[in-house]
Amino acid sequence: MATIDEASVTSVKEQLDLKNKLLVRKILWMLLGSLLFAFALVPMYDVLCSLTGLNGKTNSTTAVLSKAKVDNSRWLNVQFTTNVMPGLGWNFYPKQANIKLHPGQIETVIFVAKNTTNEVVVGRAVPSVTPGIAATNLKKIECFCFVNQSLKPGEEKEMPLRFFVSPELPKDVSDMTLSYAFFPSVDGDR
Amino acid sequence: MSTTTTAHHEEHAEHPSGIMRWLTTTNHKDIGTMYLTFALIMFFVGGAMILAIRAELFQPGLQLVNPEFFNQLIGVHALIMIFAALMPAATGFANWMIPLQIGAPDMALPRLNNWGFWLLPPSAILLTLPFTLALFGIGDGALATGWTFYPPLSVQGGIGVDFAIFAVHLLGVSSVLGSINIIVTLYNMRAPGMTLMKMPLFCWGWLITAFLLVATIPVLAGAVTMLLTDRHFGTHFFDAAGGGDPVMFQHLFWFFGHPEVYILLLPVWGFIPQILETFSRKPMYGYKAQVYSFWAIGALSVVVWAHHFFTSGMPVPALLYFMYSTMAISLPLAVMFFCWIKTMWKGSMSFETPMLFTVGWIILFGIGGLTGLVLADVAADAQYHNSYFVVAHFHYTLFAGGIMGIMAGVYFWLPKMTGHMYNEKLGKLHFWLTAISFNLTFIPQFFLGLAGMPRRIPDYALQFAEFNMISSVAAFALGLSQLLFVYNIVTCVKGGKKATDQVWEGAHGLEWTLPSPPPYHSFSEQPTVK
Repeated sequence: MATIDEASVTSVKEQLDLKNKLLVRKILWMLLGSLLFAFALVPMYDVLCSLTGLNGKTNSTTAVLSKAKVDNSRWLNVQFTTNVMPGLGWNFYPKQANIKLHPGQIETVIFVAKNTTNEVVVGRAVPSVTPGIAATNLKKIECFCFVNQSLKPGEEKEMPLRFFVSPELPKDVSDMTLSYAFFPSVDGDR
Repeated sequence: MSTTTTAHHEEHAEHPSGIMRWLTTTNHKDIGTMYLTFALIMFFVGGAMILAIRAELFQPGLQLVNPEFFNQLIGVHALIMIFAALMPAATGFANWMIPLQIGAPDMALPRLNNWGFWLLPPSAILLTLPFTLALFGIGDGALATGWTFYPPLSVQGGIGVDFAIFAVHLLGVSSVLGSINIIVTLYNMRAPGMTLMKMPLFCWGWLITAFLLVATIPVLAGAVTMLLTDRHFGTHFFDAAGGGDPVMFQHLFWFFGHPEVYILLLPVWGFIPQILETFSRKPMYGYKAQVYSFWAIGALSVVVWAHHFFTSGMPVPALLYFMYSTMAISLPLAVMFFCWIKTMWKGSMSFETPMLFTVGWIILFGIGGLTGLVLADVAADAQYHNSYFVVAHFHYTLFAGGIMGIMAGVYFWLPKMTGHMYNEKLGKLHFWLTAISFNLTFIPQFFLGLAGMPRRIPDYALQFAEFNMISSVAAFALGLSQLLFVYNIVTCVKGGKKATDQVWEGAHGLEWTLPSPPPYHSFSEQPTVK
């Protein structure tokens, strides 16, 4: 009698162990899923931002010239600001602080960078537009920010930016700011 | 057959004594005790750090510590209080009480349980070691970014950041192991007849917490791993120069960080109603409503994260979404507040120390919740963001709502765990000292925040001097009154009036059917629940 009882007790314990093991395995899959989700958030974030301009990112390659007509009925004020990040011994500023234009109108603005150190320095400009909702409407045809910029010791360089603002810009936006931050290049002088 | 089983049983009954008992134990009560003791020690370590900060803020100007060290203390204080004090305390209760409440002989995975605990001391050492290393000229101290690790500061910071990243990895593994164990225990080890909807509410709180941990800790681990590779292996997740985005870190961090708030609070919301029904001597009101509220809050907590950085520049539709979804959390919370009050309503109440802490907790946590609604308002948040208003708000939720709740639990279950009654007079004194000095510490900080004093700055404008002085004096009173807490616990462990099995007149549930203290192996005969 006793032996039968104990045999059934062992089998109950084994059953429980098996049940536990299966549940642990399920939870481990959940864990793996959320870890993958964490890393998947990075490309998801980038896609969302480039679709909506949420973080003020603009196009990083030449924009296609739109055939849209210039919208003479409204004026836009585009301001320019510049920053030089730590570790880059440069002066960097736009020749004009702001420009008034119509949506669709192509304009050129000159930025000036000067290397104040005594060695060759490679930098990379990263643009950002405020308000973010207007970021995808600012189209750059030619920009020094598409590639790395290399300056010899003491060299001063004028760098053009050719751009237009798409007429699809939301009606309530009348002012926008284009900010450039010059970073030391992270991928050498390629 | 029978001989082997007997031998097996004897092996279990004898456990090693001395240090080896604690190093190798797989007993849920031993591990629970270790978690709670570790939490208490780290509560004082984190407390000492904040007292150094309050001493510096006693007067305007820089007197005691330099700004770099001040920043290090702020970040490590938060990490220790969250990961090494509050979470282990809740896990300690889970280990002690969940098997007793559901009628199980032990946790489902006892060895995993031991490992989960013993990961904690090394991670606490990793967090604080850079302070010591700096004394010997190695590195420049602990992480100085605040506990949130925001880049670019955390990418540029010294070795303290690396130590903190590895500490967070270890703490994450530890909490995940604890969560796995709790989920498996609650699913597979319940006594016959105890359905999920008959589980004590504390078990429900922990079940949701455990699921939230499994879902969000990997995201934190992923985010700090990306930070680590950005720092050392040339990736550019958060570096704008390489096409990354520092704001993305804030999204990843708070995707974990906001559920973390509920991870800290759900276990407390679980046992608070149990204390209320015990000392109101009538059954808890709205058990089902509270369980569903737990689920609702657990689900909402993972979709509201961006309210922590409204000012980072978001389009208006996103701001509105995060504002309304955040405010929606107050609905299930209001249901719970209603249930707590209704449980006390027309009850035959008595105010022993656990009940005092609980009633005080309801009021103070209510203040924390309501000031949270103010911060959730996008228009108002633009002014209050990163001000002392935020600091006061989250201390009302995490010190009052978290730690004072844990204290209520300690006084509630201490007689069950030790077999002795604590000193009721000193317990009440501890409550009043804590409640009064807590309010005197943090009410001035609301005003400071409204007046525009930013957080995490070692110096301030002269007009903030009086409120800071009050806050600093009260903070020291708050810190010192916790010595009474330790005294109460130690005297209760050592001796005192014998506690009955039921301990409290109105206590119901399986844990109160066992002797006080419960035997080393409880429920050798499985109870049945009708």
